[in-house]
Amino acid sequence: MQTFSSNFLNWDVIQSYLPDLLAGMWVTMELSAIILLCGLLVGTGLALARMAQLRLLNVFIIIFVDVVRALPPLMLMVVTYFGLPYLGLRLTGFAVACIVLASVLAAFTEELLWAGLSTVSVGQYEAARSTGLTFLQMMGSVVLPQAFRLIQAPLASRIIATTKNTALASVVAVPELLSQANTAQGYSGNASPLTAASLGYLIILLPMVLVARRLERPREAA
Amino acid sequence: MRDAALHGPGQGRAPVILELQGLHKSFGLMSVLRGINLAVHEGEMVFLIGPSGSGKSTLLRCCNRLEEPTSGAVLVEGRDILGRKVNINQVRRRIGMVFQSFNLYPHMTARQNVTLALCKVARKSKAEADVIARRMLDHVGLSERIDYYPRALSGGQQQRVAIARTLALEPRIVLFDEPTSALDPELVNGVLNVMRMLRDEGMTMVVVSHEMRFAREAADRIVFMADGEIVEQGTPSEIFGAPRHPRLREFLSSLGTV
Repeated sequence: MQTFSSNFLNWDVIQSYLPDLLAGMWVTMELSAIILLCGLLVGTGLALARMAQLRLLNVFIIIFVDVVRALPPLMLMVVTYFGLPYLGLRLTGFAVACIVLASVLAAFTEELLWAGLSTVSVGQYEAARSTGLTFLQMMGSVVLPQAFRLIQAPLASRIIATTKNTALASVVAVPELLSQANTAQGYSGNASPLTAASLGYLIILLPMVLVARRLERPREAA
Repeated sequence: MRDAALHGPGQGRAPVILELQGLHKSFGLMSVLRGINLAVHEGEMVFLIGPSGSGKSTLLRCCNRLEEPTSGAVLVEGRDILGRKVNINQVRRRIGMVFQSFNLYPHMTARQNVTLALCKVARKSKAEADVIARRMLDHVGLSERIDYYPRALSGGQQQRVAIARTLALEPRIVLFDEPTSALDPELVNGVLNVMRMLRDEGMTMVVVSHEMRFAREAADRIVFMADGEIVEQGTPSEIFGAPRHPRLREFLSSLGTV
């Protein structure tokens, strides 16, 4: 018991690495914010683009979405980070993590939203068009709010999974929370920074999980 | 009140609001409208009747281009709305449409349903739109329900909100696509009363409906369609009292006495 607490709950060790851990937590939050924003926007854009029913464009969207959803994000990240320089394109680990994880979220968002859009009744589109709304006004005010409401529960769990996946960025040298904790553990020979990092993830993710729980609650019948 | 001499289906009078010229519509190989010519005058209430599949709803939906006509012309206040340069969204503002299934936006209150297009299409300020929404919902007898969501309203109330939503944009003509077909019988009258009121205010209306009693009482003109063509048209007393075409007689007798 004594060894457990001195190895995992050692406040002195945590304290000495606290500035690094907090910096890491900040990077994790930055990374998450950028990825969630870009992923959701791009995913929504892809779903809207798919509505245009242009055959070639749809084929590209579907291939992109299916490939990105099929590959492990860690693999995508490593391949992009270490592969791109050979093509003459050198990106920071931060940029690679953003691009890869945002792409994955975009792919899942597109698929979910596409399913949601198809359940909004034709009458909604017709009512909006008959009052003179443009395509974007119709989507923004009438159709997307209904579609997002339908997919909010699965989308929320996808958002949570994406946020947790920012930890993968540690393999491409992004100084985010897990990476900082790992480094601290290496230097100190003590696992307490990892405990502290877990706490950091809980602080970021628990509120999201609680919101998701609310969204998953079956709503009262209309 | 309305001037029967002015609005009756006689010769020359109020200007033409909506005119269809040689309108054709095909879905694949199926020809749904085969050369429709129809002029609707200001303040006129025209009923389209006919057996199902005769093309009534398609005709209505071609008037605001929810369906694209295959050929022919649709003129609204003299302007062909099928032209490439036409901003259809500004045209649609002037052509209201009321649907069989109401199609209220379920995530918005009655008020928000009315104000959406006012703000986005008519570019009214939020405050202006709000005043108009109140007036319109009051007009259809729903001022008490202004902040209710559609799911908390009866079908008849929902349809009246939908009418308010359309009227708020100050359309020159309103198209009704079977406005009472989805309603429980006891709720039909509330909607018909609103339509009567609009008629008395001089609103131009084209109505697809199976409410023959209402058509007989309220219509200025009844247009009977079959197989994508206008077979016969006239005043209610002509159509119901002295039908000439065998298809019309057959249709009327299939409905029983009206």
